[in-house]
Amino acid sequence: MNTLLRNYRAKVTKAAPLAVFRILFGFLMFVSLVRFWWNGWIEKLYLEPSFHFHYYGFEWVQIPPGNWIYVLFIAAALSALAVMIGFYYRWAISMFFILFTYIELLDKTTYLNHYYFISILSFLLIFLPMHRYFSWDARRGDHIAAEYVPQWTVDSIKLLLAIVYIYAGLAKLNHDWLFNAMPLTLWLPVKFETPLIGFLMHERWMHYLFSWGGAIYDLTIVFFLLNKRTRVFAFAMVVIFHVLTRVLFPIGMFPFIMIFSTLIFFSPSFHQSILNRLSNLLSINIHRFNNKKTWRFGANKWHRLRAAVLILFFSIQILFPLRYLVYPGNIYWNELGYRFSWRVMLMEKTGYANFKIVNAQTGKRFYVENDDFLTAFQEKQMSTQVDFIIEYAHHLGEHFAAQGHEHIQVFVESYAALNGRMSQTYVKDDIDLLQVDQNSDYNELILPLNE
Amino acid sequence: MKGIHYTISILTIVLFFSCCETEKKRMFTDEFDRSEVLTFWADDIIIPAYEQYVSDLQSLSDQVTIFYDDSSLEQFDLLKDNWLSAYKSWQHVSMFAIGQAETNEIRKYTNIYPSDTELIESNISSGVYNLMLPSNFDAQGFPALDYLFFGVADDAASVIAIITEDAYQQYIIDIVSNLTSLSEAVLNDWKGAYRAEFIANSGSSATASFDKMANDFMFYYEKFFRAGKLGIPAGVFSGSANGQSVEAVYSRNYSKLLFDEAFKSVQQFFNGVSFDGSTEGPSLDVYLDYVQGLTEGTDLKKAINDQWAIAASAAEEHLQDDLKALVDDDFIAVLTVYDEIQKAIVLLKVDMMKQFCVQIDYVDADGD
Repeated sequence: MNTLLRNYRAKVTKAAPLAVFRILFGFLMFVSLVRFWWNGWIEKLYLEPSFHFHYYGFEWVQIPPGNWIYVLFIAAALSALAVMIGFYYRWAISMFFILFTYIELLDKTTYLNHYYFISILSFLLIFLPMHRYFSWDARRGDHIAAEYVPQWTVDSIKLLLAIVYIYAGLAKLNHDWLFNAMPLTLWLPVKFETPLIGFLMHERWMHYLFSWGGAIYDLTIVFFLLNKRTRVFAFAMVVIFHVLTRVLFPIGMFPFIMIFSTLIFFSPSFHQSILNRLSNLLSINIHRFNNKKTWRFGANKWHRLRAAVLILFFSIQILFPLRYLVYPGNIYWNELGYRFSWRVMLMEKTGYANFKIVNAQTGKRFYVENDDFLTAFQEKQMSTQVDFIIEYAHHLGEHFAAQGHEHIQVFVESYAALNGRMSQTYVKDDIDLLQVDQNSDYNELILPLNE
Repeated sequence: MKGIHYTISILTIVLFFSCCETEKKRMFTDEFDRSEVLTFWADDIIIPAYEQYVSDLQSLSDQVTIFYDDSSLEQFDLLKDNWLSAYKSWQHVSMFAIGQAETNEIRKYTNIYPSDTELIESNISSGVYNLMLPSNFDAQGFPALDYLFFGVADDAASVIAIITEDAYQQYIIDIVSNLTSLSEAVLNDWKGAYRAEFIANSGSSATASFDKMANDFMFYYEKFFRAGKLGIPAGVFSGSANGQSVEAVYSRNYSKLLFDEAFKSVQQFFNGVSFDGSTEGPSLDVYLDYVQGLTEGTDLKKAINDQWAIAASAAEEHLQDDLKALVDDDFIAVLTVYDEIQKAIVLLKVDMMKQFCVQIDYVDADGD
């Protein structure tokens, strides 16, 4: 076992796959950030709302004052470009990780699995020798440049992709998805305008085909990508699958990010030929990078610390999505442990939450108009997630206390409907939410899902 | 090796088809045709309702002219009758904030209440006002006429004495002409190019006619019907009931009538009953049935209509013509009705909208 491990650690490969990955990653991140700005989402998602939902432990992350949020986006976009060309790479990728993650932490409403994926991927990339080949940094001399890198550095990116896909696949192995074809049964029929296949979208078997196909794809694609003989076929599947999801659902840049990321599974010579062509195109002399040198993971304390960080990182990635197991109840209903666990496009949940402000002494009461406080998007997210409901209730309490109301109690009348079921009461309506600690276990507040 | 993998993938695909064999009986052979619904809405509900409304406003406008020729009590009664007819017709078009009605914001110029009576008086006394300004939303439309016809004095003779003054006369003529021109603009648009455009936009995006109408319906039900007519007067959102904020507060006896009319238009639209009540066509109810055929869900159409039946009988039992007096004396009675109207919101906004896959107030951010 030890020899196996030692042999694996000693195994080297070309640095070209990392260079290609770095270039594509930097480029796509730059495009994503520009697109986000271009679509007006900085204003819509961060500047227009008067209130923001925070992640547990990250309440200190606040929208920067004035126009500084634009500076945040410019800095993140520029660091993405620097990552692309490998310009002071370690600084650039660290900056990108910090800025991008900070932006994502601003408001829980905008949580998306693929933003989380980018955050953790950029964290991983800080520790990998992405800039040793075909980069601005590598031009500066042989003390940085290396033609070869340890095999595990390339494999660690594959491992992260494998975690994402396989957990996404495992999450689909649930009753609603497999046996009721939910939520696709609700989503597909309205896609009747899709070119070529639109006329089939209301067919029952299409809903099952997409559900089962999606689950099998997620569970197996990594293995087909790993196998040299099936790789081309698997990549074609990757392209078809993600293009299809792009056509059917509003998922932005994510399909492109996944399609380009899976190129990492291809052989070093494939990546080498991409770089050769790119250098021809840009008139870069690629031979200067072919210095026959191998970058090695040393034994000094920095490298050891780095190894420890990476082992810890992957342990967390493997364990964190399983945390829902400690919570009782239906994860799709209570959403405890739902985020950060690759549950993608898994449910259709709509809700309605009506907040009642009561004066505990006089019994006088009134209801809140949610659109006085939240955007439509925030209200939608809030009404189906208990942690949002609690945070919002506390915000309402503070707001009305500041207005001079006294003996305030906040109750919620909330209803949610999951995957085509009839709506039912979601959070207990007889609990003063101000008495609920924002950091406590919310599970007992939620009424169980009636099947 | 390669062959094996291809075989496996083909096998799995075959497996899908065969495993769904038992599902065949559930399969739908015909697709739901949204343009049929849109055609019915346009031809049998919206355009006839607007024709009625525009014609009622024309009568009102004519009666204004007659009244200022002959300012008798009889003509004043006829003027008020015409005002009420047009106000009732308005309840049947208010929810369709689409096309020209969305662009020219007819709803805001027509029925924002309570009126700002001080603003009305100062507009009249200064003679300088621009009714197209947003600041004058609550100084015009039916609520302003309600004030001018019923609220400026205690008895009809005194009212006549006041509103026949030149400045008042001009203001009333201006309000009526503004109502007329806005509604004619909407109707002409429907009778012109917009009808075809509306029907052709039969897709399922946020800007598609069906989705917009579903959202308009929901918004109207929640804001203008539920909150405007009952919730706000009963103090649901403020904690204190305020009879002054009922619809048609000065005429006293028409609030319930207008509520009933609006409730009727809501139910007709949902159930696909034509404006004149003579025919039925496909509407939200039929689409609900269609989607539920796919999911085998609960009969939502029935659940919604049942809840409305409860609300309607609660309204009969508890509301009275003079809603202001009821709010001031016994707002709990109003709340009882409100609660029944409110219960349908969960069925509509959560259960119905999810079946339609219509996003409420669409946000064009990415999802996953």
